[in-house]
Amino acid sequence: MNLLKKIIALALLLSPFLASATEYNQLQQAQSTLTFGYKQMGVPMEGKFGQFAAQLSFDPAKLAGARAHIDVALASIDTGSQDANESIAGKLWFNTRLYPLGSFVSTGIKALGGNRYQITGKLTLKGQTREVSAPVTFKTDGNQGSFDGSFNIKRLDYGIGIGEWTDLDTVADDVQIRFHFTVLAAPASPLSNPLPRKKP
Amino acid sequence: MEDLLKMTARYTTTAIVLHWLIALLIFVLFPLGLYMHGLKLSPAKLHLYSYHKWAGITVLLLAILRLAWRTTHRPPALLMPRWQQTASSAVHALLYLLIMAVPLSGWLMSSAKGVQTVWFGVLPLPDLLDKDKALGLLLGVVHETLNYTLLALVIIHIAAALKHRFIDKDDVLARMLPGKRS
Ligand code: HEM
Repeated sequence: MNLLKKIIALALLLSPFLASATEYNQLQQAQSTLTFGYKQMGVPMEGKFGQFAAQLSFDPAKLAGARAHIDVALASIDTGSQDANESIAGKLWFNTRLYPLGSFVSTGIKALGGNRYQITGKLTLKGQTREVSAPVTFKTDGNQGSFDGSFNIKRLDYGIGIGEWTDLDTVADDVQIRFHFTVLAAPASPLSNPLPRKKP
Repeated sequence: MEDLLKMTARYTTTAIVLHWLIALLIFVLFPLGLYMHGLKLSPAKLHLYSYHKWAGITVLLLAILRLAWRTTHRPPALLMPRWQQTASSAVHALLYLLIMAVPLSGWLMSSAKGVQTVWFGVLPLPDLLDKDKALGLLLGVVHETLNYTLLALVIIHIAAALKHRFIDKDDVLARMLPGKRS
C-alpha cells in the first residue's frame, strides 16, 4: 500500500516529463504563418513575419500544463513594399536594432468547448508589455495539430509608429494579428529551436 | 441661318466640359505622379498616393463618359487638308485610348502591388489582379511608359491647336473653348 502510494507519487512527479503522444510541441515553421492586417488611408493592408520560433507544449487533456512562448524576429517583416520594410525597422516603428524580437508568453489557457480555447498571455513589443487574449481553434490530424486564431492590438500602446506616424488617419491604430501554427506531437523536449536572443 | 451653322460648328457643352476637366486633372496628375514617386516614405507621401489614385480613377470615369458621348455625338466636320484630318483623327484616337489606358494601368499596378484603391476613401474598387510583386513592378514601368507616350501626344495636340489659332488663324481651337456660341 505504502509502496503503491510511492509509485503513484513518483509517476505524478514524472508525468510532465513523460510527454504523452498527444502533447503537441514541435512548431513546423514552414507550415505556419504569422500575418497581420491594418488599414492605411482606409485601405485594408496585409503583411507577414517570415521568421519566428516557439516553445510550445499543448495537450488538450492537460490544459493546466499548456504553455506557449513565441519569439518573432521583427526585422523579418514583409509589408509588401520594400520601402515600408526598410522604414519599419527604424526608430519610429520597431527600432529592431534595439528591440530585435517581439515575444508572446502565455499565462493561461481556457477551454471554450469543442476544439476552441482562449489563450491569454503577455505580448512584448519594443520594450512594452501588455496582456492580450486570443480565441484559438485547435485541430488535429494524426500527430499533427494546428492552432488558428487572431487578436487585435493598438500599435500606439507599444509605441509603434510614433512621430509623424502618430497621425492615425494614415495608418490606423488597430492591427489584427493572425496566426496559423502547425505543430507536431513528439515525445522529445518541448524546446523547438528558439531564436537566439540578442542583448541590446 | 448663319448662327445655326456656327452653332453646329462647335463642340457640345458636355464635350467641352469633359475635355477641360480631363485636361485639368491630367495636368495635375502627371507632375504629382513624378513628385510623389520621389518622396521618402511619410504620411504625406501616402496621402499624395491616395489623392493621385482617386483623381486618376476620376479621369478613367470621365474618359468613359466622354467616349460614350463622342460615339453618340459626332464632332463638327473640319475643313482642312486630308493629311491633317488623318493626323488629327489618329492623335485623337490615341488620346482617347491613353486617357483610359493610363489610369487603367495605374489601377492594375496598385492591384498587383497589393494596395487596393478605395475611391475617395469611400468606394472600394475591386482588385483586378492578385498580389504579385514582380508584376507590380512591371506595371509600374507600363504606367510610366504610357504616361510619357501620353505626354508626347499632348504636346503634339497642344502644338497643333496653337498652330490653328496663331498661324492658320482658324476656329479649330475656339470650338473647344468655353464661351458664347457666336
Ligand atoms: C490620367 C490619370 C493618371 C496620370 C496622368 C498618371 C500619371 C502618373 C505619373 C506621371 C507617374 C510617375 C511615373 C513614374 O515616374 O513612375 C505616376 C505614378 C503612379 N501612379 Fe499614376 N497616373 C494616373 C492615374 C493613376 C491611377 C488611376 C492610379 C491607381 C489607381 C495610379 C497610380 C500610380 C502609382 C501607385 C504611381 C507611383 C508608382 C511608384 O511610385 O512606383 N495612377 N502616375
